[in-house]
This record gives sequence, C-alpha cells and structure tokens, in this order.
Amino acid sequence: MRALCWVGGDGLAVREVPEPRLRNTQDAIVRVSRSATCGADLPLLSPGDAGLGVGDVLGHEFLGEVVEVGPEVRRHRVGDRVVVCSVVSCGRCWYCRRGLYSCCDNGGSTEPMVAEPPWGEPAGGCYGHPRSAGGFAGSHAEYVRVPYADVGAFPVPDAVSDDRAVFASDAAPTGWLGADLGGVGPGDVVAVWGAGAVGQLTALAALLRGAERVIVVDRHDERLRMAERDIGVETLHYGRTDIPAELRERTGGRGPDVCVEAAGAGDGGTEARGFGQRLLGGARPTGSSLAVREAVHACRKGGTVAVLGAGPGFVDAFPLGAVLHKGLTVRGARQHGQRYIPMLLKLMARDEIRAERLATHRLPLEEGPRGYALFRERADGCVRVVFSPQERAG
Amino acid sequence: MGRNTRTGIMIVVAASGVAAGRALVGAGRRHSRRSVTATGAGRWQVVTVNRPPAEVLPGGLWPEPLRRLDGAVEVQVGTAPGARGTELAARLRADGPPLPGLAAHLLGDDPALLVRRALRQVKQLAETGEVLRADVGPPDRPGDGGGFLPEVP
Repeated sequence: MRALCWVGGDGLAVREVPEPRLRNTQDAIVRVSRSATCGADLPLLSPGDAGLGVGDVLGHEFLGEVVEVGPEVRRHRVGDRVVVCSVVSCGRCWYCRRGLYSCCDNGGSTEPMVAEPPWGEPAGGCYGHPRSAGGFAGSHAEYVRVPYADVGAFPVPDAVSDDRAVFASDAAPTGWLGADLGGVGPGDVVAVWGAGAVGQLTALAALLRGAERVIVVDRHDERLRMAERDIGVETLHYGRTDIPAELRERTGGRGPDVCVEAAGAGDGGTEARGFGQRLLGGARPTGSSLAVREAVHACRKGGTVAVLGAGPGFVDAFPLGAVLHKGLTVRGARQHGQRYIPMLLKLMARDEIRAERLATHRLPLEEGPRGYALFRERADGCVRVVFSPQERAG
Repeated sequence: MGRNTRTGIMIVVAASGVAAGRALVGAGRRHSRRSVTATGAGRWQVVTVNRPPAEVLPGGLWPEPLRRLDGAVEVQVGTAPGARGTELAARLRADGPPLPGLAAHLLGDDPALLVRRALRQVKQLAETGEVLRADVGPPDRPGDGGGFLPEVP
C-alpha cells in the first residue's frame, strides 16, 4: 500500500509499505478515507529529533472504514465508518477509568527502555509517533491498524461528512480539552494563543460552554480573519501590540479568567526534548513556550492557564513567581479524546462545530511532501492539509 | 515511603523450593530495610494493577511472564490505597541465579529493566487481557532496509 513516510532529516516521501495486520485480538484495520496534518507532527521533523525511524509512517488524525476486526472487538463491524482518537488508550487502567485517557498506562510501549526516557512515565500511545508512543504506524496511508478498537474508534453519524468528522479525531477534542481544563463557564473571558485548528476549536469550545468573550491571539492575518469571520471572536495580532497590556485593557484591568496556549511548536523553535539536548544547547523557544509565559503574565489572579502545545520540551525562564503570587492554576494534558468524541460528533451533526472549514488544503497522498511544506510554512493561508489516501493524484 | 509503611500484611515470596511461583496476598506492602545501592540495585520495581489481587495472581501463583523469572526475583503483593487495585512489586534476589542468556546480555548493566518489563506485561495482561504489540516497523521487516523502500512512481 502507499504511505507517507519519513525518510530522514525533514524529508518525506510516499513509499510502498506492507499493509498492516491484526497484531492483537482487540485490533481493527481501518481503510483510511481522510488523514490530517497536525502541529504535533512538526517537532518530529525538526533537526536533531531522533524519535522517528527511517520509513516510519506519519499521521494520527484520521477516519475511515473498518475492513477487519480482531476476535475480541465487540463494538465495530466490517463496513462501519469510524473516526479514531489519535491517542491509543486501553480504557481499563486506573487513568482511563477516570477519563484521563492520554495518561493511559497501557497504550504506549511496554519496553521500559523505550517508554520511560522521554518523561519518566509511559503514557497513552499515538499513531505515527516514535516507538515510545507505542510504535503504531501512522494514518497517512491507505490502511492503518487500530489497537483497542472498541475504546478508540467511534461510529460517525450519517449527518457528519468525512471532511468534518476527521477533526473529531484530534483537533476538536484537543480544543475542547483546553476549555475543559480551564473550567470555562458562563460569563468567562477567555484568551487563546494560537489561531490554528486547535486554537480556533478551543475558542469555539469556550463559546459553546458559555464564555462571554473570547479573544484569539496569533501573528498570521489569515488565521485571525478566519477566527473573526467563522467563529465571531475578537482577535489580537501578536506582532503589532503588547498582548498582556491589551488584554488587561479589554478586561477591566483584571486579565482573562482563562488563558489557553494552543500555539504549538510550529514557529520554528526547537525546545530541548531531553536532558542531552538540553545540555548541548541550541534550542530556541517555540511559540508554545513563549505563549505560556505570556499567558501566565496576562491571566487574572486566581485564573487558570491551560497548556495544549504540541511537543513542548524543557522550558526555562518560566515565571513561576507569577504563578505563586497570582494564585494561578496551570494545567496541561494531551487530549483525552475518548471522553469527548461522542459528544463532539453530536455537536458536529447539529452543525454547531463546522470543522471542515479548517481544511484549507485537500490533497491526495502523493502530494504529502508538498502538503507538509505548506503546513510547516503556513503558506497559502494553510491551516490544515487533509489527505485522501484512497484517491490517486492526477 | 508512606505508601509502604502502612500497617498491613506484607507478603514476600521468593520463588524457590516448595514455594516456587506461589504468592500470598496481603493488604499492604511494607518497605524493606534492605539497602539500595547507588545504581538502584536491590530496589523494588513496582506497578499498580487496576484489578483485585485475586485476579492479578490467580490462585496465588505468579502470573506470566513473571513466572519465567522464577528463582531470580522476589515478589511482594499488596492492596493499593484508594481502591486502585493491587501493588505488585518485584526485585532481583541478591543470591539469585544470573538472568538467562540473551536477557542478561542485553540488560546486563541494568537487569532491573527486565523486571520492569515483566511487571508491565503482567499489568497489561491483568487489565486488558493481552500484551499490546507494536506495528512491524521498517527495522523489523526482513530485507526491507528501512529507508530503501520502493518509491511510489
């Protein structure tokens, strides 16, 4: 089958690779109809990140049709149209039972030498990521294996198109998580750093949860216009104003009740991803770490800062004193999609989340390298590229 | 250490002789006074399994793959606080036999890795019924050569 593979450096190429097979009794094989780029892919392609192996398949945000199920799969049948959570979770460990699916004990690698070095504890797996995340091939391919299919795959209502439902895999639950971590409720003023797909979906989630005002911060005019036009939020350009000062002015001198970092790592920075890289130096702050610092300074006393950014590493010069003196709550997580996806699909079916507008570029798989170049550079107004692996170029 | 100092029944089972491969289940696990070296040798490796002790060790027997370390490790079992299931601990015996063949070769500098892997697999088996397997990646495909996959024309 065809798949978009990492081939070293920042190189990508479409290759012929073996089709996936059932490896566990709770697996399903899904024929991929849509697979989206995500900011979490970009740190994997950064120079010096040794996480991927040459030939590994990228992609983790996808939906498709079930074509094969293992003997222990109970909730899905061949032919089901499903969206699959990007996070691989067992659904039965202590963390999953409490809805903390991305903290799953069993979804990642069982090899201590592989699973523990990144952050000391194994966590939920992820498709198209390094072996520490379980070693699951990515979804930028014609077929993908889905472990724990009963837990991670969700049937898509007929009323929801493929182009819309693909965002229920990762971007929409991540955005909802941002609002949820912040405890956003009626009357709140919420500031969101980042107007990419996750930032815009965070802003929308905040509005759907009753926020009175939502202010989105970014430095790309197209994205800011999109957020204003499609969601109806206020925007601030990062490069043209003093963001904390502007936020104080707009919030009666208090600062936002909830600040969400959804800037990701896409602005070319490279946080140190491990102790070795940290000691060697050479890292520059990413959009994510800069946004968190700013959010901590801007947030009102007693407020909450939620951190969603993809692939953060070590962040020094963190204003810990502000956290203490302002009584802030700082929270972060990878998305717990299994907790949100059924609800998000209902909102999508009711047209309350029209996520397909975020797919600014729809391309066949063969144009994967070009798609990532567009996405990385944010060229041509690119917010997200969505691949259709079953379609052929030309 | 508070986790280990609660009053409770401590079960230490060295799988040798008559007691081979069998463990009793207690209400808690007491911290051992045995010294831990700077490299961590002698330290207990522990996982918390979100199942009751009777399911983690059916019939009081060590589950696979822990059983394969019979004689090389000692095991403690206790009930985890807050209805979190079972704390299952293991560590290498100072007087135990060397680890078998390839495992010793691969993990010679840190044999505790083998114990941790076994404990994580016991946990997965008890919680999910199977050990999750990675996909077959490029390095694992014979003759594949990783980066030398055929490019799609």
